[in-house]
Amino acid sequence: MPAATNQDAMSHPPDAAVGDLSVEGRPVPTLSQLFLAFLGIAMSGFGGVLPWARRMLVERRRWLTGPEFTDILGLCQFLPGPNIINVSIAVGSRFRGLPGALSAISGLIGGPVLLMCAAGAFYARHGDQPMVRSIFAGVGAAAAGLVVAMAIKMAIPLIRERPLEAAPVALVGFVTVGLLRWPLAWVLPPLLAVGMAIAWWRRNR
Amino acid sequence: METAVLLVMARHFALLSLLAFGGGNTVLPEMHRQAVEVSGWLTDQQFADLFAIAQAAPGPNILIVTLIGWQVAGLAGALVATAAICAPACTLTYIVAHLWERFRDRPWRRVVQRGLAPVTIGIVAAGAFVVAQTVDRSLVAALLTLATVAVSMWGRINPLWVLVLGGIVGAAGWV
Repeated sequence: MPAATNQDAMSHPPDAAVGDLSVEGRPVPTLSQLFLAFLGIAMSGFGGVLPWARRMLVERRRWLTGPEFTDILGLCQFLPGPNIINVSIAVGSRFRGLPGALSAISGLIGGPVLLMCAAGAFYARHGDQPMVRSIFAGVGAAAAGLVVAMAIKMAIPLIRERPLEAAPVALVGFVTVGLLRWPLAWVLPPLLAVGMAIAWWRRNR
Repeated sequence: METAVLLVMARHFALLSLLAFGGGNTVLPEMHRQAVEVSGWLTDQQFADLFAIAQAAPGPNILIVTLIGWQVAGLAGALVATAAICAPACTLTYIVAHLWERFRDRPWRRVVQRGLAPVTIGIVAAGAFVVAQTVDRSLVAALLTLATVAVSMWGRINPLWVLVLGGIVGAAGWV
């Protein structure tokens, strides 16, 4: 009964010192617990944050069940924006409303943004030194593999399950944006319309 | 001048925030197009470097925008870029999260999800291609990329170790 959980959470004073219990007896996080959990998720998430989010929210803190997490993630993938950032908003607001959402996202991006500013300052000052250049060339080449692997991992199940439906749409997206470098704002609306039309047409299969 | 750049950047990243279906990597090609080809804020090289930092550092990879902002306009740029990429999507999520439960069993929800998936994959693949094309300027670099792909797909170790290896190989001057 997530709705009841939500009501229950929101009727409490926002930052109780100890975690409250929801209807099912699962803990309902306080604002500072939300902040710290998402800070922890962000700082352990090297090369991808989502797997750490599940570990923290479902396995360690037990604020959400596995299916609840999957449902929230599904919502966040369906909405635009970086998924993990949307997850922080959805989870934060589910438990503590607007203050909860703000606590969660502050934890998620606060630490990394400080780190990025430090890294950016270092790069702006030393970025053109030969040694730094060589190191970046190596790290960048390796890092590109993370995105390539993610694209492959996402593509495999879809191409396997419904190749005729999925492959042409994915291919058009790849060619127009990747090879032809058309602006995303031109490509996305018509392509989404076509993708959904195909999904509607084949909805009963 | 400074303010004008900040405004252009804010508008651009705010738009990207709402186009980022399926996560931050879908907007990589568009970010590259804007920052390198259209605005000339960064060279190809700098974009590749900032991408490497954002991937290697902990936190959401979308925070490459923080680095781009810093490079373009210092601290103000970093903060404006970060706020612009977050705010529109977050506002939308906040509003929709409350409605989501209600639509759980509607058939159109599944249609929307199924229609979205191949588009997302095509765009993520495009992002991977743009990035690989930018960084893989030598055989060793291409091999490093392939090593990360292999470790991510089948390996039991954290792919972050391949990034460390890349740094070492790079420092030795082999890339």
